[in-house]
Formats: sequence, structure tokens, C-alpha cells
Amino acid sequence: MSLDSQNDGALNTKLIEQVLSRYPEKTAKRRRKHLGVAAGGQVVAGEAQPLSECDVKSNIKSIPGVMTIRGCAYAGSKGVVWGPVKDMIHISHGPVGCGQYSWSQRRNYYVGTTSIDSFVTMQFTSDFQEKDIVFGGDKKLEKIIDEIEELFPLNKGITIQSECPIGLIGDDIEAVSRKKAKQHEKTIVPVRCEGFRGVSQSLGHHIANDAIRDWVFEKKDVELEVGPYDVNVIGDYNIGGDAWASRILLEEIGLRVVGNWSGDATLAEIERAPKAKLNLIHCYRSMNYICRHMEEKYGIAWMEYNFFGPSQIESSLRNIAKHFGPEIQEKTEYVIAKYRPLVEAVIDKYWPRLEGRTVMLYVGGLRPRHVISAYEDLGMEIVGTGYEFGHNDDYQRTGHYVTEGTLIYDDVTGYELEKFIEGIRPDLVGSGIKEKYPVQKMGIPFRQMHSWDYSGPYHGYDGFAIFARDMDMAINNPVWDLFDAPWKKNTTPSTAMAAE
Amino acid sequence: MPQSAEKILDHAPLFREAEYRQMLAEKRLNFECPHPVEIVTDQREFTKTWEYREKNLAREALVVNPAKACQPLGAVFAAAGFERTMSFVHGSQGCVAYYRSHLSRHFKEPCSAVSSSMTEDAAVFGGLKNMIDGLANTYKLYDPKMIAVSTTCMAEVIGDDLHSFIENAKTEGSVPQDFEVPFAHTPAFVGSHVDGYDVMVKGVLENFWMGKQRAEVPNVINIIPGFDGFCVGNNRELKRLLDLMGVSYTFIQDASDQYDTPSDGEFRMYDGGTKIEDVKAALNAQATLSLQHYNTRKTLEYCQQVGQATASFHYPIGVEATDELLMRVSAITGKEIPEAIRLERGRLVDAMADSQSWLHAKKYAIYGDPDFVHAMARFVMETGGEPTHCLATNGTNAWEAEMKRMLAASSFGKHAQVWAGKDLWAMRSLLFTEPVDLLIGNSYGKYLERDTGTPLIRLMFPIFDRHHHHRFPLMGYQGGLRVLTTILDKIFDKLDRETIEPGTDYSFDLTR
Repeated sequence: MSLDSQNDGALNTKLIEQVLSRYPEKTAKRRRKHLGVAAGGQVVAGEAQPLSECDVKSNIKSIPGVMTIRGCAYAGSKGVVWGPVKDMIHISHGPVGCGQYSWSQRRNYYVGTTSIDSFVTMQFTSDFQEKDIVFGGDKKLEKIIDEIEELFPLNKGITIQSECPIGLIGDDIEAVSRKKAKQHEKTIVPVRCEGFRGVSQSLGHHIANDAIRDWVFEKKDVELEVGPYDVNVIGDYNIGGDAWASRILLEEIGLRVVGNWSGDATLAEIERAPKAKLNLIHCYRSMNYICRHMEEKYGIAWMEYNFFGPSQIESSLRNIAKHFGPEIQEKTEYVIAKYRPLVEAVIDKYWPRLEGRTVMLYVGGLRPRHVISAYEDLGMEIVGTGYEFGHNDDYQRTGHYVTEGTLIYDDVTGYELEKFIEGIRPDLVGSGIKEKYPVQKMGIPFRQMHSWDYSGPYHGYDGFAIFARDMDMAINNPVWDLFDAPWKKNTTPSTAMAAE
Repeated sequence: MPQSAEKILDHAPLFREAEYRQMLAEKRLNFECPHPVEIVTDQREFTKTWEYREKNLAREALVVNPAKACQPLGAVFAAAGFERTMSFVHGSQGCVAYYRSHLSRHFKEPCSAVSSSMTEDAAVFGGLKNMIDGLANTYKLYDPKMIAVSTTCMAEVIGDDLHSFIENAKTEGSVPQDFEVPFAHTPAFVGSHVDGYDVMVKGVLENFWMGKQRAEVPNVINIIPGFDGFCVGNNRELKRLLDLMGVSYTFIQDASDQYDTPSDGEFRMYDGGTKIEDVKAALNAQATLSLQHYNTRKTLEYCQQVGQATASFHYPIGVEATDELLMRVSAITGKEIPEAIRLERGRLVDAMADSQSWLHAKKYAIYGDPDFVHAMARFVMETGGEPTHCLATNGTNAWEAEMKRMLAASSFGKHAQVWAGKDLWAMRSLLFTEPVDLLIGNSYGKYLERDTGTPLIRLMFPIFDRHHHHRFPLMGYQGGLRVLTTILDKIFDKLDRETIEPGTDYSFDLTR
């Protein structure tokens, strides 16, 4: 999208006033701070100029009863950060539900023999009963760890993912972890990610990061023959294989990915991370904490990058290469040139089918900005975006991606999102499973942007082709023209296009 | 480079291409510090043995791959079966995100529910303020006719009292004094989703029936379906049968329209469900029938207390279970079972006779909710099959005893084993040590299918990886046909796959 293109800020401001008018006064006052229209960017000398300013309040408590879309700290730790570590067993510690609902739902792909040396798509739970609440669960937890060691002896370690009751009944999972780690000579990580902590998934990410720092780093002698181009990929959960479509590029430009956090990860990859030369961070929101720690403690630089869509991939690859110097830079130019015909062919194929189509996004902590350029590479326009659990620094970064007038909504409520979509009528909405079906019922094409709607990968050049295909098939499917019964229909010509 | 614009490969083929396979093999070798292949193989083989099974079944604390969810999921499902009812779950907000996702992934439908979004301060001071603000917001934003309140385990552990909280909220003006706010305490550390269903339905009935004078209307019945992932198909099928009989009935809790709204440009946050006026009037029915006994134990007890006759069934699938349901309905209402239904019955029996040679002596492992497992085991035996393993993670001792009685009554059930409280990791050992021909369960069973090679038939909530099955009934004679066909398709597909080898032309028969 060209820099001078703008969204209809006046319409968006009106929409905000409309939704706020429906709330009780007290709630309207609080929600107002989370909704906004991107303003013109401020010019600051010597800095990359943002396109706009997205100045909304974020990372504060959701309001009761409004249908927030957010999850909890447990979801941030077990679901996001720890769950994908494949050779460890993650105990959902507490009642059965949390582990059940999050079982195999994030599509963290991995290679391994599930249930023997890998455990990601399994649900281990302490299945708390009333007596565990009354008498405490520490004894049970000890027994669970013993039973895991007997039945799943090839696990490389265990994490304890606390559910709400753990912190409320005063269990000492740290003491249990220390005792059992010593007895079994295993890494055992207690994580205090009870769902009532914090305001969203976000604190769970932070707590999970801290648990890596406190319970994994510097606990063992780590053997690794280091090389000059060793990097960790941080914050890629390998959803639909994203981390693999990224790794293949990083290897091609001559880097050695010694650790991938945490999609398809092993404990060994986490333990040795402090030996790398650079941390490449994709999901800044969920893993910046540990990168900052590694910078302070071990002097490892970190760099944000974005592998969605060719514009961002190219500039990210060049940025990364610059860090390592001419040898890597040369290879990088070769790799960019190698993939350019693929990129051009994909854009040639899909641009005419997608040009000018408008998109609204509402996702987690990275994608509300990171995927924007991928859409724009295909000629599409972003008209609204927002974060479930973003912080102020996420909204600041968003200004580099969205244009003036774009509708910005933080911790959007079910009601607001429905009204915004109704008011704007975008050509595509990208959000989560809870949003998918209401939006589709309204006759608006939708793609899940957490799980890639069971497709993917979307990272890297290989992923961009899939992304383009998927957006095209969502928008150009003939089903959207069938909604009106012909005897009630205002005949509008079909816009669907068969796949080429 | 495997990717091209002409033929775009997504994850399924892409990562099976040579470039990626090699990259992943190198990652494993250089960076993962894996166990040696022999050790992995040995352990895998060990997990298939009787020795491992004994250790596995002796577990006392660890639960692996359970086939049950927690109470509030059942409560949210229950509330979805009443007219314009919003579920309000008091406690941590992440739970509600999970229930909504879980139900949406199964039904491929919207699922609306709100949370009181309690955080650390509420853990200390209690969630009264969250209830007061939350009810006001929900009432104003989502225009419900009723708000059904249940609880997450957080609110239960700190001991929030829903009754007094709701009264307080009404006094504060969150909702009008006469607005309907039924409630149920649904601690996740007691029972399972079937119990959450039970107490929420009971909560709704108590809300409307408590203190009201009952004036029995003879021959009128209430039907409570229970937690049912196939409610869309099942409820409609049962209504069709009851209409054919001319019975006067009320479905108490009916999510069949809520979870099957049309695509016509309008998002319906609420659709269908038992009308509030009908819930009120249902107090006067002569009898209340539960289609799933273990989903409605407390509710039926309450129905008895108010003076209704009650009867319960176990998810009526197949010939005899449907016969029993219809005959009981007929006996209570005095309506005869019409000839049209007798013909339908005959058609199911006809189909079973046509296919009996493919089904006789087939061995099954069945898992799921207690009533479903009962139903499937019974139907399987009607086809000449043998239920070998019957497992319900949320099955009680009473269920186990009842199952054993039912199985013992048929020679096809004489080798059956009943596993109450066991999980799917236990099932894995059972399938390796005492193999069966077919596994009946839900989507989670696909991991058992992969490990043990037992073909999986998905007939139970949740089904995430196949579409639209829940739109067709399993109950009644029509539902029986559907179940029968599903089982047969699995058998025939497997046989075709086993005999499709080019260069052979035997057993790959055109007619079967």
C-alpha cells in the first residue's frame, strides 16, 4: 500500500462512538481508552519513521461480562511457550479441563515418536479431585512424577504448568520439583502460570520465560562446539511448520540454527541457547523477556525479524546478514535472488485476484502487525487491527505497519468486533476460532490467523505461496454468493473465481 | 526448491519433500541430542507388552489423555439450549475462551459465553464486584432473556456464593429484579462435563419451578437430552418421532438450533432453545424423561421431588433401545406408536440383516461418556459384534456395575471388560494386549489409531477433524442406520485398502 493511502478515519471514529454508546457509562469510559484511529506519524530525527501512531491503552484488565476474547496465563505458558518443547512432559497441574481444551490445538509441528520420546500432542494432567483441593496436591504431584518416570522414561524433563487452584491452595510445587529433580536426575520446572494471574496470556509468557531463566539455564554443563554463525530462533512455535520454512532460509544464508524456541524444540536446544551469537526473535511479545535476559547476562544481541511476506522477508534477511558481515550478506543476496522468481510468480498469480481487497485483523501479540505487509505484497489493504494481549510497545511498533485512519482495537469485545465488522464490511477477516463462525455467518470470508486455519506454514518464501493461495480461496470461493435465496435475492453478479 | 506458484504445496506434502526431510534429519542429529534409535524402538515395543499394561493400569495419580472435560463446559452447553440465554461463567476468563473454542471446533458454529474475568485481586477479595459489573455489562450488551451463571474452579476454591452474589447484583441494579439468572456451582475438580450439564439444567428448573404450585397435565412429557455433541441431528430426529406419535412434549434444553444456524448474512447470537414459557409450563408435565441417565441424576431427582414421574435411558441407539424409549413414551402418554414408525424400524432391521455377515463377531473397543458407551455396546451386540473394551473416564462405580449387568445378559457381551475411570493411555495398552477390530470414540482416538492400527470410528463429542457428522442423528431407527453405515464404511474401506495392491486381483471385490 502506498504511503499516502489512508483509511476512512472519520467512519472509524463514528463506529467507535456507536459501540461505546451501547455500554453502561462506567464501562464505556474504560473501553474508550482501548479503541482508536491511527493518527498521522510524528517525524523524529534519526529514527525509522512510523506511518502512523496507534495510541490506545493495553495490557490492562478485561472488563467482566463483555466477552473478551483473551485467554489466561496458563494458556500463555503451557499453550504457547512450554507446550511445544517436544522431549519434555508438561503436566497440566490441577483439574482436567485446561489440559483437555488445549490438547493438540496449536498445531506445533515436530518430528519424534509421540508418547515414547516426544509428548507434545498428549495431555498429561493431575486431574485434581476435591480431596486434592482440600488436602493439597503436592503428594499427588510427587507420585505423578514417579509414575511418569516409570511409564515414560525417555522424557528429558518435566514441567509443571499450574492451573488456578495451585496458587490458591498454597501448594509448594517448587519444593516438589527440587526434590524430584534430585531423585530422578532430571530437569523439573515448576511454572506459576495460574490462570488468574495477570490480565491475559501475556503474563504467562513472561512467567514461562522466567522459569527458563531460573530452572533451565546454568543447571547443566552444556556441550556445544560453537561457530561464528550460531543463532537461536526465538518465538517461533512452528505452527503448521512455520519454523521449518524459516530455518531452511536461515541455513541457506549460511547461519547455523543451534536452537529453535520453542516449536519442534528439545530441552538441549534451550539449555545451550546462551552459547549462540545472536537471538533472532519472531514473536517479540511472548519471548522478549528471555532475550533481554540473555543480552544482560551473556551479552547475546537480539534482533526482531519478520518472515511474513517477501518484503519483510527480504529486509529481515538483509538485516540479519548485516549483523554477520560480507560472507553472509553475499549468500543472502543469492538466496533472495533465488526465490525472487517464485515470489514474482505468486504475486503475478494472486495480485489480480486480491488487489484492493480489504482486511481486518484481530490476533494475539505479533501477527496484528507482522502479517500486514504480507497482505500488502498481494495488493490487499488493512483497514483495522488489534491485539488480544499486546502491550504499549506492540502498539508503538504497529505504527510502522498501518496507515493513518486505520481502526485500532485493543482487547476487543465480541460486541465491538461484530459491530466494527458490520460497519466496515471488509473483504476478509483474520482472527481466531471463536470469531470465525460469527464472521462467516455475516457472509464475510475468514481465515484463522492463530492456527492458519489448519493450513500453513505461512513463514518464509514457501509459506508466502501458501498464504497467498489461502487468502485467495477464502475470498474467491463461490459460497459467499449463495447466501441469499433467489426468491429473496437482490441479484449481484458473482465475484468468485475458480482456482488457476 | 519444492515450492512453485503453479502447484503450491502446503504442510502435508511440503515437509515430506527431500529438502525438508534432510534439514530435519540434520537438525535431529546435530542439535536435538536424541536418544539412540534402538532405545526408542525398545521402549516403543515395551509399551506394547502385558508387563507395561500392568504398570500402566496400576497408575494411581497420573492421568494421560483422559476422555472427559470439566463441569463448566457442560454448563455452557446446557445454557445454550435455552431461549436467548447467555452463559456467564464466574471465575478466571481463560476458561471461557477454552469452552467457546472447544464447542466451536466441534460444531463449526459460533459459541457465545462471557466471563466475570476474575484476577488476583478478586482471588483475595472475592468476585462480588466482578459479578455486579459483569451481569450489568452482559445484560446491556448482549440483550439476553436469561443469564445462566456457572463457575470455574477458581471461584469455587475461594468459595464465592453465587446465590448471594446474584441477589447482590440485582439489588445493585445490574439486571432488573425480575430478570432470570439461574445458576449452578460447577467445580472442575468434581465429576466431569456431564455433571456440569446436570446441575445447570437443574439450576434452570429450580429457578422457574421453586415454590410454584404444580398442576399436573396428564400425558404430557418433558425430554432432557443430556450433553450431546450430536444434539443437532438427534434432537430433531426425536422430535420427528414424537410428532409422528402425536405426543405433547417439551424438550428441556435443546441446543439443536443454537449449534446449527444458517448462513444467510445474519449472525444469530441466539437461536432456538427451549422457550422460557415452556420451561415454566414443564413443571406440570406428567413425566420427565432423560435420554442420558448419567447426565441427569440430580435433575431427575429434583423432578421426582416436584412430583413428576421420571424415566431415564442411555442415549438410545439401535433397535431395542429405541423400542424401549418409544414404548415408554407410548405408555406414559397413551399415544400409540404409528405404523410409519414400525416401518422405519423394519427398515433398520432390514439393513442390519443385509450386512450381518460383515459385522458378526467383530470386536470393538468403545470409549466416551457413560451413556454413549452403554448405547454403543448394546447396539454393537445387536449386530452380532462383541464389545471387548468399554471405557469411560467419567464412568462411576454404578455405571460399571450397570454395564456389567447389561453385557452379561448377552452372549455377545460375555468377554467384555468395563473400564470405569480409565484414560486413553490405558486404552492404548488394552488395544495392544487384547486387540480389537474397531475403535469407537472421538477425534482424540486418532492417536490410538496411529499407534495401534485399530480403525477409528468417530461417533462421540468432540469431533474436530471430520466435518458435519453431528448434523445427522445417531438416535432412533434413522440414527441407527447412520451408525450402521458408518461402521460398515470403515470396514469396507479398510478391506479395500488392504487388498488394493496392484499386481494382485483377489479380494478386491466389486460387490460386497
